Amino acid sequence: MSDLHTTSSGESHGSVSSYIIGFVLAVILTVLAFAVVAMHSLSPSGTIIAVSVLALVQVLVHLHYFLHMGGGSEQRWNNMCFVFTVGFVAIFIVGTLFVMNNTAIHMMSR
Amino acid sequence: MLGRLSLSAIPLDVPILVGTFLGVAIVGLAVLGLITYYGKWGYLWKEWFTSVDHKRLAVMYIILALVALFRGFADAIMMRTQLALAYAGNPGYLPPHHYDQIFSAHGTIMIFFLAMAFMTGLFNFVVPLQIGARDVAFPFLNNLSFWMTAIAFILVNVSLFIGEFSQCGWLAYPPLSEAQFSPGVGVDYYIWAIQLSGVGTLLTGVNFFVTIVKMRAPGMTWMKMPVFTWTAFCSSILIMVSFPVLTVAVALLGLDRYFGMHFFTNDGGGNQMMYLNLIWAWGHPEVYILVIPAFGVFSEVVPAFSQKPLFGYGTMVYATCAIMVLSFLVWVHHFFTMGAGPDVNAFFGIATMVISIPTGVKLFNWMFTMYKGRIQYHACMYWAVGFMVTFTIGGMTGVMMAIPGADFVLHNSLFLIAHFHNVIIGGVYFGYVCGMNFWFPKVMGFKLNESWGKRAFWFWFVGFYFAFVPLYVVGFQGMTRRLNHYDNPAWHPWLLIAEVGAVLILFGIVCQLMQLFVSIRDRNLAENRDFTGDPWNGRTLEWSTSSPPPVYNFAIVPHVHELDAYMHDKENGVDTRCAGGQYEAIHMPKNTAAGFLVGAFSLILGFAAIWYIWWLAAIGLIGVIGTVIARSANKDIDFYIPAEEVARIENEHTRKLMAQAAE
Repeated sequence: MSDLHTTSSGESHGSVSSYIIGFVLAVILTVLAFAVVAMHSLSPSGTIIAVSVLALVQVLVHLHYFLHMGGGSEQRWNNMCFVFTVGFVAIFIVGTLFVMNNTAIHMMSR
Repeated sequence: MLGRLSLSAIPLDVPILVGTFLGVAIVGLAVLGLITYYGKWGYLWKEWFTSVDHKRLAVMYIILALVALFRGFADAIMMRTQLALAYAGNPGYLPPHHYDQIFSAHGTIMIFFLAMAFMTGLFNFVVPLQIGARDVAFPFLNNLSFWMTAIAFILVNVSLFIGEFSQCGWLAYPPLSEAQFSPGVGVDYYIWAIQLSGVGTLLTGVNFFVTIVKMRAPGMTWMKMPVFTWTAFCSSILIMVSFPVLTVAVALLGLDRYFGMHFFTNDGGGNQMMYLNLIWAWGHPEVYILVIPAFGVFSEVVPAFSQKPLFGYGTMVYATCAIMVLSFLVWVHHFFTMGAGPDVNAFFGIATMVISIPTGVKLFNWMFTMYKGRIQYHACMYWAVGFMVTFTIGGMTGVMMAIPGADFVLHNSLFLIAHFHNVIIGGVYFGYVCGMNFWFPKVMGFKLNESWGKRAFWFWFVGFYFAFVPLYVVGFQGMTRRLNHYDNPAWHPWLLIAEVGAVLILFGIVCQLMQLFVSIRDRNLAENRDFTGDPWNGRTLEWSTSSPPPVYNFAIVPHVHELDAYMHDKENGVDTRCAGGQYEAIHMPKNTAAGFLVGAFSLILGFAAIWYIWWLAAIGLIGVIGTVIARSANKDIDFYIPAEEVARIENEHTRKLMAQAAE
């Protein structure tokens, strides 16, 4: 009660093993992405899809193992903040593409 | 050795600046001399500069804001005087190079150092008290935020006397702000001031977000939270989401200037239109960051002086959140004329108009709060009612400019200038001054003088209309912003009237200073003293502690049962303070010099980088990093106030309350 306001508290910050699992997964996903491009085993569009999927999984691995996000009820605020952030970033990026593309067409800029 | 810096950088050939420098030097030396004479350096250092107490930081923020107001207003009245004179062949007294610096500095200072600092000051003082917390979540970061803001303001003022300030307007649009067209140090001063103060603002946003999420008193659910805290919460979210965009946009501009990159240049594949897109993706949320807390102030003041609960608390909260989200969907209305097609402009025009709906909901809520209330026309209410009238007019001209077709006529005209001063003075500034009048007795333990407060209001209110209605008119007549001189006889009389308005506002500021002076002089008169801690029959928790509050705010953390927690307790005979209860030792953060040191080293870094003095910049950067490491390694950052000391302070306050009640 009395130290409510100055000590850090709350969710776990992970263990050594969870960091190692995350690190190994991240390395594997990165190597896979490079391998897909280097081996030319898929068609160009197939390569793009494969790399995109690997990137998405990579993001999820980072969120889970390094940012400690999960489905637990104590994670509600983390998850809410994350969804909110993604929403705003999406507004910026989609909006910027919308505006700049339209401007480029009309102004013949680029 | 000294990079670009040489004696020729000091503008000895500009008499206005030399005079200003002498004035500042004399006043500054006098202040420093007085502090030394009375031996107050140790007191200032120990009790203020290194303080992590949110209440102390609030006072320092508001003092900073008032100093910024004087600087920004001096720029404003110089511009108005120039335009009153510079007509039909008369060049006026400000040559273009100087004039361009003045309008750039005016905008930069008023937004970043008056409005933002004033807002942060109010947050700092009110939010922890309203939610029943003992401090903010990160007291050290709070101190650091203050110093980053303060040194950025110092940097802007250094540009007066060493070198020059930006001549590219308050947002430094490229390509004008690129090295090709602005080779001097002006834009670099701007970039470093914005970036350093941006660090402080972002940390403030994080700090208050965490404070409000994590540190509310037991029982205070989201829908029992006071409206000012709600607005501070929404503002903090906007800060966290939008300020990184500003940082990136200005950093890219800096890369262009320092490393010859081509993000926004004319050549080399750059696109200056991207800068507009980025800067306004920050800039539009920014004006809502400023005005939403002003709405919060009125939502506290109007119920207190109508002696009624706020009408439509729920709609007020939802309107605030709606404005917060919508403010991210409108940024293109600042550059309808850039060349996007009707699809884009129609979308952003409609989104802009939609914002007027939740804002209108708020206005009606305040008016219904007053309806059948027992209204006391205190100075605070003057500012509140003045706001409602003025802000409504400003909002309507804003909706006019949200029509893309109309904006093609009005874009960058003085009509625009009149519009945003209408909402920023009539909304933001009136709101913050209202809040200052309202919470001053809580901060200081004595009330602000009302007569001078009302005089200040009338001068500001009437002065505002005299200063800006003429700008609406000349804007319609085609006068663009940032003109140095003109020869259209139709504009001249209007600009003379605007000059009269600026002088009236000057009287308003003088009245505010008189109000402070008279109030401090008469602070011990019985009618000014506030022993109860509740001078206005307030509704929220901040009024339940003593004035000024003890360092720990609440000896026993209050339990919240209802919205307007303190009013509920008063009506039900509950003692919110739990006077005479069992006190415990209170855990508090220790003061620290780290924030001041990081600020000082950042100032060195910024100044050196502006002048290309790289060895000094390295010293500054190493100093910042070293201080942060040292601070992180320091474990001795907290202490306990013993229970006996808490009991002594609380019993003293109870004794005063009893004495007051006995009279």
